[in-house]
Amino acid sequence: MKRVMFALALVLSVFWSMAGLDGRAVAEGTAAAETKAAAPAAVPLRVPGAVDDHDLPWASDGEANVPYVFHDPAHEGRMTGFEYDLMQAISARMGRHGRFVQNGWDGLIPGLSRDLYALVIDGIEMTPEHKAAVLFSRPYYVTVDRIVLRNGETGLDTLEALKGHVVGTIKSTAAERLLLDHDPANVRSYDEETNLFSDLKNGRLDAILIDEPIALYYRSDDLKLVGPPIGRVAYGIAFPKNNPGLRDAVDSVLGDLISDGTLHQILARWNLWTPQMADYTGDQSLLSVKPTAWTDYRQTMERMSGSSMKAMVQRYVSFLPLVASGALMTLGVSALAMVLAVAAGLVLALARAYGMAPLRWLAGLYVEVVRGTPLLIQVLFIFYGLPAFGLRLSPFAAGVLSLGLNYAAYEAENYRAGLLSVPRGQMEAAIALNMTHIQALRLVIVPQAFRTVVPVMTNDFIALLKDSSLVSVITLTELSQTYIRLSSTYYDYIGTGLMVATAYLLVGLPFVRLARMAEKRMGRVVAKGHH
Amino acid sequence: MLKATGIAKSFGGNEILRGISLDVERGELISIIGPSGCGKSTFLRCLNFLEHPDAGEVQVEGVTVASTGQWRRADEARAHRLRGHVGMVFQSFNLFPHRTVLENVMLAPIQVKRMAEDRAHQIACELLEKVGLAGVKNRYPDRLSGGQQQRAAIARALAMKPSVMLYDEPTSALDPELSEEVLSVMRALDAEGMTQLVVTHDMRFARAASDRVLFMEAGQIVESGDPDVMFANPREPGTRRFLRTLL
Repeated sequence: MKRVMFALALVLSVFWSMAGLDGRAVAEGTAAAETKAAAPAAVPLRVPGAVDDHDLPWASDGEANVPYVFHDPAHEGRMTGFEYDLMQAISARMGRHGRFVQNGWDGLIPGLSRDLYALVIDGIEMTPEHKAAVLFSRPYYVTVDRIVLRNGETGLDTLEALKGHVVGTIKSTAAERLLLDHDPANVRSYDEETNLFSDLKNGRLDAILIDEPIALYYRSDDLKLVGPPIGRVAYGIAFPKNNPGLRDAVDSVLGDLISDGTLHQILARWNLWTPQMADYTGDQSLLSVKPTAWTDYRQTMERMSGSSMKAMVQRYVSFLPLVASGALMTLGVSALAMVLAVAAGLVLALARAYGMAPLRWLAGLYVEVVRGTPLLIQVLFIFYGLPAFGLRLSPFAAGVLSLGLNYAAYEAENYRAGLLSVPRGQMEAAIALNMTHIQALRLVIVPQAFRTVVPVMTNDFIALLKDSSLVSVITLTELSQTYIRLSSTYYDYIGTGLMVATAYLLVGLPFVRLARMAEKRMGRVVAKGHH
Repeated sequence: MLKATGIAKSFGGNEILRGISLDVERGELISIIGPSGCGKSTFLRCLNFLEHPDAGEVQVEGVTVASTGQWRRADEARAHRLRGHVGMVFQSFNLFPHRTVLENVMLAPIQVKRMAEDRAHQIACELLEKVGLAGVKNRYPDRLSGGQQQRAAIARALAMKPSVMLYDEPTSALDPELSEEVLSVMRALDAEGMTQLVVTHDMRFARAASDRVLFMEAGQIVESGDPDVMFANPREPGTRRFLRTLL
């Protein structure tokens, strides 16, 4: 028992220390924008009022989000993008320290209401639905939707002409709504731009309708933009409903950036200044700004995604630190979650096998509920739901907790089977030797149960290692997330896939070895069988 | 030195023990015989409260545990004190398979009595020597024969320095040759003055080694007395019937 309690105390103390980390990380105000990709627990928990006014944490989904906010392919650890440049300009103008916070697209708005950051900028369209959930700044970018075709195709250059053809787009966009109104049966909605464009190239799609910036940046040489602009899309910066003060402040800075031409310059560097922007801002001037950001990006991508030996080596070497830090995150979350799962699982199993009636029922209820609901729901519930009850956990702690508590239910059943497999005579012999029940469990029953559960535990740990990819939904960049980002940035699913698969194996192998050693050590005992 | 009074026990409406009383003298070796299902093993297990009797009282070395049918925490605490004076040996040995023979013997003295490890080691070695297992003390139980395992189990119980030893069919799982190893250990203990209660099917042993034999039938002690007298000339018809089927 003492050992079990110790394990629990260890797990708990790890949680507290992680919770403690938050305040510190914010206070340090780390070289902000240069947020290291996938630095462990990189997203601090922000407690309103506890943050100094200097800090301006802002969120976006920087995974394959060209040209908005994305990882600079020339320096994988650095963020870039036209929204990124805009946020740098805004925070500088406000005299504050802009700090990029990575969050998945689906979690951006929930994170805003959870106070994880002050604002969100990620090409969010100012639709009535969005306006109901958040406060918007004035538009910082106005654009249109464009049709993209394969070079050989002709004629599909209007919405009418597209009727009856399979058209792809990104989900929850103005383009998607247009297509659904027009010809719902033939719409294909994607999460990722990269997948969308590969499917057009390989013929799964006949056309793409998408925001112009995306069309410009993801179009490769074998694709073309056709037809006149369609519709109008306005992006706004999103704020939580309870912070109109910040919205107004940002709005006024944005007004300055528009009137003094700063926004024009930023967009021009990204080759994104359009007639629509000129109309919106009333700024019809022609700047002599070269689209340097645009050409840099094109050149780097050409160099990096080349299939020459040199390009490939260069690419994979540049991936190594990212894959390593993803692996570290996967390992950290999984190992701590497993410690928690083992400790909590043992307590649950003992309660179910030897506890008093109410305890037994509670443990049984826990196991059924946790096994019967999806892990993804549990992760989201613990991270976004628990703050409603006053419990705010850092993403890392929430990841460890949800994975650990989920696997505890499986471990509990595994251990219970192990406990019940120990013959009754063992308990009787221990009691007859004047041991207490607790001593009998600790010295006689649990050690014997352990030997039968080790092989299953090994399986569980491998499964946990892979399930840890689910914590990417709460902003943790682990191995799978790293794979998704790298592969979709460089259209390289095979090379990066092999790298990440190798990393998974390297992370999992030590545990398999460890389990095998434990099995071997107990092998002589296992060989015996029971009477 | 061991006194049981009115021990009764039912399992799901079946009366297994119907108020059994027994007075054991120090140094006695008592064999309990009787047909299968007569309650002799249950009676033995009630004496150290592995089974909780519905009614009755057991007294060992001044520790009294009375049962009223409701088993409470205080009863368990008293039973725990009583078990400090009672050793038990099982039909299926029940050695701890994850520990060596030596560790099996040392475990309870160290954990329960908080005995120093070197002292426990010394006592364990002496006991294993005595039961003839000095040469195999570092083996795991599964590397021993049944007879060796049962002798190790006896050493393990003796390491707690009990005043009385209970044996629940100690040789039923053994063939005759191996049984003899175990029985000779019990005879040696008898010669040293150990008090022993043996539930057994081994009539030869019961007759030759016991000071007293109890014959149980249907949850009661039907006849008890000197083994030679009882085996030669059973008083009760039940005893006669039982002995006739065996001999």
